[in-house]
This record gives sequence, structure tokens and C-alpha cells, in this order.
Amino acid sequence: MLGLVNGAFYAMLSLGLAVIFGLMRVVNFAHGAFYALGAFAALLGLQQLAIGYWAALVLAPLAVGVLGVAVERLLLRHLYRLDPLYGLLLTFGLALVIEGSLHQRFGSSGESYPVPAALQGVLDLGFMILPLYRAWVIVASVVVCFSTWFVIERTRLGATLRAATENAPLLQAFGVNVPLLVAATYGGGVALAALAGVLSAPVILVTPAMGSSLVVVVFAVVVIGGMGSILGSIVSGLALGVIEGFTKVIYPEASNIVVFVIMALVLIVRPAGLFGRD
Amino acid sequence: MTIRALAIGLTAALATLAGPRAVRAAANDVVIGAVEDLSGVYSDVGGPGSVEAIKMAIADFGGTVLGRRIVTVVADHQNKPDIGASKFREWADQNGLNVLLGGSNTGVAIAMAKVAAAKKVPYIVIGAGGASLTNEDCTAYSVHYVYDTTALANGTATTIIKGGGKTWFYLTADYAFGTQLQTAAAKVVEASGGRNLGAVRVPLSASDFSSFLLQAQGSGAQVLGLANAGEDFTNSLKAANEFGITKTMKPAGLLVFITNIHSLGLATAQGLYLTEAWYWDLNDESRAFAKRFYEKMKKQPTMGQAGFYSATLTYLKAVKAVGTTDADPVMAQLKRARIDDMFARGGYIRADGVMIHDMYVMQVKSPQESKYPWDYYKVIKVMPGEQAFGPITGLCPLAPK
Repeated sequence: MLGLVNGAFYAMLSLGLAVIFGLMRVVNFAHGAFYALGAFAALLGLQQLAIGYWAALVLAPLAVGVLGVAVERLLLRHLYRLDPLYGLLLTFGLALVIEGSLHQRFGSSGESYPVPAALQGVLDLGFMILPLYRAWVIVASVVVCFSTWFVIERTRLGATLRAATENAPLLQAFGVNVPLLVAATYGGGVALAALAGVLSAPVILVTPAMGSSLVVVVFAVVVIGGMGSILGSIVSGLALGVIEGFTKVIYPEASNIVVFVIMALVLIVRPAGLFGRD
Repeated sequence: MTIRALAIGLTAALATLAGPRAVRAAANDVVIGAVEDLSGVYSDVGGPGSVEAIKMAIADFGGTVLGRRIVTVVADHQNKPDIGASKFREWADQNGLNVLLGGSNTGVAIAMAKVAAAKKVPYIVIGAGGASLTNEDCTAYSVHYVYDTTALANGTATTIIKGGGKTWFYLTADYAFGTQLQTAAAKVVEASGGRNLGAVRVPLSASDFSSFLLQAQGSGAQVLGLANAGEDFTNSLKAANEFGITKTMKPAGLLVFITNIHSLGLATAQGLYLTEAWYWDLNDESRAFAKRFYEKMKKQPTMGQAGFYSATLTYLKAVKAVGTTDADPVMAQLKRARIDDMFARGGYIRADGVMIHDMYVMQVKSPQESKYPWDYYKVIKVMPGEQAFGPITGLCPLAPK
């Protein structure tokens, strides 16, 4: 049950990665940095401008999303014709720059973000105690994940997006502004990361390193779910959170490697991932 | 185009690799080295603040000793033992290093202590907790200055047991430092008539502590011993608060810095018992130092940073007293001298290298009790040095039992 909270974060982060990889073929190593950026945007908003949690939930992802669009337009765009390795290197460098800047500005010990007043307190479920805020995180992320999946897989906009990745010149010939679409995809993907950042801010301490410690696990989740598969990343994110939660009870020392063990097994049995198309 | 870009990239990369510029010392200078975590998880409790503290001490000493200029060399060990050790070796061979300060990580400190013994350069450990540095891993040239796991556990555990917290459960960081801290605390608990109900070993830098905390709660223990540090400590206490565990169990911080309390906020940290070697608001002298430090760093100094100031002065005084920077007479003088400054009263360095000084058992104030910025602690008890650091164990060959 508690694993679901972690799973919810995994799902939201891996969803953003899956969207970006699925539609753009870019391995976005800066994802963790954008997640941290989202949390810091919420923190700064609260401290400097007195923007509350609920507003931050919308504004922080928006701000980070705009930054994402700028990154795509200014930097990533130039690399599409090259080997995907270059995109990986660029985003990795970007992650180092963002993390370093946050470190420079905020120091390494981090700051704490208060739980919003409406969500303080605990739910007594009888068999366990669940803080209200964590229940909200689960609900919010499941809603966000499935609406993203719905938009991409079941709507006209999503169909256009997917078409852009299949055959961009043809789509452009139909009068669709493909570069804009791609930029919006990257912006949307990193906005999802930022949203996860805001959601997690009241649960853990907001530190510059919060993204890099999570992003490795999230990459494993994406690989397990199948690179680029949206449903795969949601389901495996939640499932792995739960499995990790169980490990913490049964054999705590192994809880930080269980995800990678599963990744190795999945790669041996189904190299394309659980939901991947070969 | 590509070649040009590559060239620029390589130059930039080389520039970063070169890192903080080492001052090329003249043959006649007294060289004080600091190997610290300047960019990682411990950079807020030590890091640039520690370097500043050394500079303040040198300035207060007058900038020269025995008529020689005092210079500093600084490097970032990035929490990697090999980097720390090789930097130490390089300085000892090429820069005429006279003393090394720092460590901030037990693994790095142990590696550097080995270099100290091989190169015969005094090494004052600050920030690394492992008590093994003055036991199994002790050397004739190492001094352990601010705190060790024994003193930290002694202070907090005896106080809580006296207050009625008899049964303990530990949340332990799953590496050398965490287990040493837990073992030290468990020993104290047992010796004082308490009982250890169990422990859960948590992987370093876990993102979520809730499952571990529920296991702690399930144990029915009265005290939650937090045998971890830094971000692990803050995140576990934050989660304990969120799950309402702090209402049923008494949290005990086994290594807490004031910067941790600052980032948690008093609402979350209030009531916590912890042990500190020094606190900025202890007396007029500590406040005067803190005020000067704050003007430079915009933060109150931690016990580690205050320790850097004190250790630098202690070393320079020893050099002045014996009239040479030769390692052996300086070490002998260090172990002979009494340390009286804003950090310690009547402190001294024992044969095994432990700097014996009073430790302070603190309780974190509630938001209502805190009257001004950084007013975080109530002093519950001043623990005499001999009691806090315990008797000589005999594990270090330099100090037979």
C-alpha cells in the first residue's frame, strides 16, 4: 500500500520519459533535473511570492514546461538528424548544469515544503495509518497518468502526435506544424516531471540531488515497461513501487536493488519490455 | 567547425578537471591543507564554511608563525577515498604540506589517515564520525577533533534512558558509519538498563522511509534511534512526523547538525534529542565567532566548522610552542597542550588521538520557544569529555589500556 505512493511518483516520471522517448526518440537524461526544478519552483513561489500549494501545482509545471520548450527549440532541435546518443549526452549535460545551479543557489542540505493545510492529518484504515497527503498523491497521479494515456492513445491530438513520429514530412505536407508539435511534446513531458516534483515536495526534503537519485530507478521502470510504451510505464511504475514496498518489509537491505534485478530479468526474457513492441 | 567545437570542449573539460587552484607554496611557508566535501551531500555541514573557518583562524593568529607565511591549500574529495588520499599524498610530496584538516566522511578519513602515517604529516580529522579512526585505524599522526560515534551515542542515549525511554528500535543507514553508530548506541542502551528491540537497515539515500518507520512502530519500542545522517536523517524524521509516529515514539538523533534542523524547520524537529560538540549560542565567545562567520557565510556555523577554526589555532599554537613544523615534536606538543578557546574549555588530545572535550545534549525547541533566527536548542546536559568519549579501549597500539 505504501509502495503505491512511491509507485505513483515512478509512474508519473516514467510517463514523461516514455512520452518523450516514444514521440521524439530522445532519451531525456535531464528528466530528474526537471523534477527537482519543479519542486524548487514551488518552494521559491511559496517563499518569495506567497504562491500556495494548489496554485504551484499548476504554475510550476507550466513554468518548467515553457523552459522545456525553450530547451527543445534552442538545443535539442539541432540533434534530431544525428545519432540518438547526442541527445542523451546533451540532456545529461543539461541535468548536470541544472543540478549544479540549484546546488549553487540553495546549498546541499535542502529545505522543507509544508504539507498544505487541507491535506494534513491521517486516515486510519484500520490495518494501517495513511497520511491524507499520501492518499492524495496516489489519486492525483493515477488521474494524471490515465488522462495522459487517454489523450495520446485515444484522441485526435494524440493521433496527430503519433503520426508526427511515424512520418513527419507527410504530416507536414498536410499542413500540420510538426516542429511546434514536437516542442510541445517535450514541454509537456518535462512539465509532467515538474508536476511530480511539486507533488513530492511536501513528502521529502527539497534538495538539488532529489532528481538524480530517482531518475536511475525511473529509467529502469521505463525499460521494464517497454521503451516508449505509455501504458507500460504507468503500470510498471505502480507495480514496481508496490514490489519495492514489499521488499522493504521482507528484506530491507535489498529494497534499492530489487527494481534493477527485475529489469535484468525482463531484459533477458522480453528484451522489448513488458509492454513494448518488438 | 567540429574540430573547433571539440577543442573548445576539451579545454573546458580540462579546466574543470584542474579544479580548485592549489596555491604553490614557497619553501618557507607553513602549509595547511583542507580536503573537504565542497560540492556533495556534506558541503553544507562542512565544505566552504570549513575553509572559511580555517582562513578566519589564520587571520586571527596574525597570518604568520615562526616568521613564516601561513598558506592554505584546498581540495574537494567528492566523498571518494581515493581522491582524498591522492590529494593528500600529492600535497605532502610537492607542496610541502605541514598539516591536513578535514575528512567529513569516515571512508575518506580512514584512507587519508593511512597517508598521514606513511608521509608523517599530522592529520586532524573533522566531520568523519567513525570511532575506528582512533581505535583499529589509529595512527601516530592522526587526531580526531570534533566528535566520534562513541560520544554522539553516549550523549543522546544516556539522557533519553534517564528520561524513561528504555526500549529502542533503530533506523540504521546501511554502511560503515550507520552500523558503527548503531552499535555504539546499542551498547550504551544495554549498559544503562535499556533494551534493544531491533533495527532496520535502510539503504543509503532511500527516497521513502514510510515502510521502515512502520516496522519501527510495529516493534512497540519507546525510542526511535536514527542512526543515519544528513538527508537520510531529515527525510526519515519528516516521514515519522507525517505518519504520527513521533507521537508514540521518542525520536533520538544520533548525528544531527544545526543545518539539518534549519532545513527541517522547528515544527517538524521540535522535541528531538541530539548531541552536539558545540553550539553557536552557548556563550559570548561562541556568539562572537558565530557573528563573524555569519557575516561571511550567511549561515550559523556548525560544530564541524567551529572545530576547523579551533583545530587550526591549536595546530598553530603547537608550532609556535615547539618552534618548528617538524611532525614529531608538533604531535608531541599537541598531545601535551591544553585546548582553551571558543570551541572547547580544558580540552586535550589523548594518546590514541581523541580530542577530549565536553559534549552537549540538546533538545530542539518548539516554534513558540524560539525567540530569534537560529534559536534552535535547549541545553539539557553538559557531558564531561571523559564520560562522553569513554575510556581508552586498548584497540589502538599507541594507547594501551
